[in-house]
Amino acid sequence: MEKFDYKELVYSFHKEMLANNFTLVYEGEITHQITKAFTSLTENKMDSYSEDANMKKKVFHVMVECLQNLSKHAEDIRILKDKGYSGSGIFIIGRVGPDNEDYHVLTGNLIENSRVPELTEFLDKINNLDKNGLKELYKKQMREATLSEKGGAGLGLIDIARKTGEKLDYNFIEIDEKKSFYTLRTKISRKHQSNNI
Amino acid sequence: MEVIKIRGTEDTPDVFIDAKNGVFEFSGRSLPEDVLSFYATILQTIEEYIQRPNPRSEVIFRLDYFNTASSKMILDILIYFEHLSKEGHEVLVKWFYHADDEDMEEAGEEYFEIVDIPYEMHSY
Repeated sequence: MEKFDYKELVYSFHKEMLANNFTLVYEGEITHQITKAFTSLTENKMDSYSEDANMKKKVFHVMVECLQNLSKHAEDIRILKDKGYSGSGIFIIGRVGPDNEDYHVLTGNLIENSRVPELTEFLDKINNLDKNGLKELYKKQMREATLSEKGGAGLGLIDIARKTGEKLDYNFIEIDEKKSFYTLRTKISRKHQSNNI
Repeated sequence: MEVIKIRGTEDTPDVFIDAKNGVFEFSGRSLPEDVLSFYATILQTIEEYIQRPNPRSEVIFRLDYFNTASSKMILDILIYFEHLSKEGHEVLVKWFYHADDEDMEEAGEEYFEIVDIPYEMHSY
């Protein structure tokens, strides 16, 4: 029988989480119930840090949209019907900054390679817009785009950029000729608190 | 038409529709698991209403939070009433936002940049 050193693994996960200030790490299918559980868990945790209401609202907003994006991409993965990858995505929330005053949400999920250019173009478009440009793009998408069964229409990503005032930090790791792993990091920074993004 | 009352939950809004008196009210939070199905009945009711509207319609939004998928549904609701207003019916949209909720205030203002309809902004 294969020797499985769980204690080393558990201990190393524990250390990694503490070292990176991750408060929540999850890999798997994202459902509505999970979204509710994660947001409420995070809200409770933020209450324990006496986090201010505006910051809590922004983190909640970003979490909901990121989780919704993951659940939507999960559909694509099911269509791919690849047995090798059971997870629908990874979701991480952690604290960051010199005094742990900021938060970041990290997500990762598989996507079809064919979708990479289109998504890259959309993310770059968002990153090249200023506050007003983002507002106009949001309005345009709301008017013109149609919602898929799971929502979407690209509104989530635009909204994240607007609410956080930060660029969307993304990457694609090509896995094989069919799939890539798409990662997105969103920072919710205190420095944007006062200027109402 | 009967009065429609949908009690809100932590992720769906309170909905009150009194078509006879032309009152439509949405309050609370909106991030339903299935946005399209949640709003389908509401949009259908409104679609029927604008065929035979009350002389005066009042649409009230008093939302604490809505996700981006719901934002599209809210626009769809407003567009129905924009049609009604353009046809010469009296329509008033009241957008309520919490006094320190700038995002909700801005969201309201944005809708009224898109939709040409008489509106009032109210902080509470």
